[in-house]
Amino acid sequence: MTYNCVVLAKQVPDTKRITGQAMNEDGTVNRAALPAIFNPEDLNALEMALQIKEQYGGKVTVITMGLPAAAEILRQSLYRGADGVILITDKRCAASDTLATSYILSCAVRKLNPDIVLCGRQAIDGDTAQVGPQVAEKLGVPQITYTEQILTLNGKTITARRSIGNGWQEVRTKLPVLLTVVDTANEPRIPAAKRLMKYKAARCRIEIEAMAKQDPSIDVEAVCKQLEQKGLLIRQWDLDVLGADLKWCGRDGSPTKVHRIQSVVLTTKETKSVEPTQEAIEAMIHELIVDHTIG
Amino acid sequence: MIEVNRQGEVWVFAEQHAGTLEDTSIELLSKGRQLADQLKVPLAAVLLGDRVEPLCVRLGQYGADRVYLAEHPLLNHYQTSSYAKVLDELIHKHKPQIMLYGATPVGRDLAPRVASALKAGLTADCTDLQIGRHEIPSTGKVYENLLLQIRPAFGGNIIATIINYDRWPQMATVREGVMPMPEPDGRRKAQIVRENISLLPGDLMLEILAEHRQPKKVNLKASRIIVAGGAGVGSKENFKLIWDLAHCLGGAPAATRAAVDLGFIDRDHQVGQTGTTVRPVLYIAVGISGAIQHQAGMIGSQKIIAINNDPEAPIFQIAHYKILGDLNQVVPMMIKAIREKV
Repeated sequence: MTYNCVVLAKQVPDTKRITGQAMNEDGTVNRAALPAIFNPEDLNALEMALQIKEQYGGKVTVITMGLPAAAEILRQSLYRGADGVILITDKRCAASDTLATSYILSCAVRKLNPDIVLCGRQAIDGDTAQVGPQVAEKLGVPQITYTEQILTLNGKTITARRSIGNGWQEVRTKLPVLLTVVDTANEPRIPAAKRLMKYKAARCRIEIEAMAKQDPSIDVEAVCKQLEQKGLLIRQWDLDVLGADLKWCGRDGSPTKVHRIQSVVLTTKETKSVEPTQEAIEAMIHELIVDHTIG
Repeated sequence: MIEVNRQGEVWVFAEQHAGTLEDTSIELLSKGRQLADQLKVPLAAVLLGDRVEPLCVRLGQYGADRVYLAEHPLLNHYQTSSYAKVLDELIHKHKPQIMLYGATPVGRDLAPRVASALKAGLTADCTDLQIGRHEIPSTGKVYENLLLQIRPAFGGNIIATIINYDRWPQMATVREGVMPMPEPDGRRKAQIVRENISLLPGDLMLEILAEHRQPKKVNLKASRIIVAGGAGVGSKENFKLIWDLAHCLGGAPAATRAAVDLGFIDRDHQVGQTGTTVRPVLYIAVGISGAIQHQAGMIGSQKIIAINNDPEAPIFQIAHYKILGDLNQVVPMMIKAIREKV
């Protein structure tokens, strides 16, 4: 059989490569200055889905929820081989915590009726690893977290190997299933040049609308229609399309609230400089023996 | 979700594998004890498994007033669906105000599933927990005695404090190793509350076909002295310097993620946000620049010596002893000094 795969992806600030430009003078990070990227482990999830399609047939749809700018990772998904992409964007999604996010995503996934849902283990901005399992619970399907490898797909049965920290487990379950994928699972492919040329013009309606605000000569309806005919109009869903109950979305749907945010400032303790000479190092070792740190 | 209730207990998920308690559960009991005392409510452990009752003794000695014991043959191996079902039932029945899990592979698999079923909040990977108040600026409404869930976010560049005032329980997973291990008190005994639970084979969504656990080759958390090397050490061969220095101090060798990724040493030795969190008496950072992700795992060290040839290395900002120089010269000097003095 062929498999209908849905990949959940997130656009995130690149928290791993913080350069001088993204630092404020007080040693804190200027989050607005960080480049937005495809969450790395979501790329591993996409790669796993594409490999399923290549081996067994089927299709891969990528969903992201976010600001209009998140359409960029959808284009990147198309460059890599996704068959369809969907942007969930709606002001009423703002301030969603992981519970509200997973509710909204689960509404979208349900509309696509997939066999396999895949997402990265966690996103590098929050590192919570909660959205995957919460989507699985909302869908009432089994979850295989920390998936390293799909061993077999046989009809409606999947066998996978997952990491358990200091070891691994092989598990089997019935589809539909949700997998969260770790970065050791595979090496995500790079965009294919041909697909890039084809899909770099892909846009969603809200992007066209933003362009029309800058340039009133743009006819939103006409451009959208044109793109649609060429297969370049990115599907865009809001909470009404999803039929989501607003009670469970956004701020109202989020039990966790932020009490306080503090920037981490690299603290300067009292530092003693020790010369790299035998005498100075002996003196330091002596000090550490006297205060019972060593010995 | 359950209603906000001030009499609710503080609960700790007692994670066990094959009848052995995870260290994290013990660490959580010590934190849970403080929180429960502040709130003047009992501290309870929730223990799921098959024939695991003997573990109740230790849970009591480490601070639990009560153990909710759910034993069933189908709970023998951890599985998301069966464990989540039982916890969901017990939380509805007893209405704890706080529920803590270790941020272990099991805790991070289980807690979100439970939170979703309860429609309750959950904060991942907390590094500290406190009791405090929260005021809503727009209305001036004040909530007292909330669980302040403190965690790094944004790759460790910010510290966020999360609260959860209207949909309970207040749930959090807590990073391994960030709470100190308490001393057991042999006189303490926990009351055992046996829970009758019904589970059917259909409650197990997975079949576990095979499992392999490697015992950890090194126990960094238990080491008084840690000597850690970074990418600056240069090669696997040169990493011998780290082993030698650790050896003569009776300490453990460790590494940054970069050094592990470069293949200098096994992943068991990794300290930092994605590795082990350590709080030794002495931490010697050799050729480590001190990325915030690494600092997150060692900032609790009592004394830090940093050796680096880059005067701008962030590690120097948190070091007690700063040695600006070539590690290939400095480390042998240290080994010589230690051999002569100790």
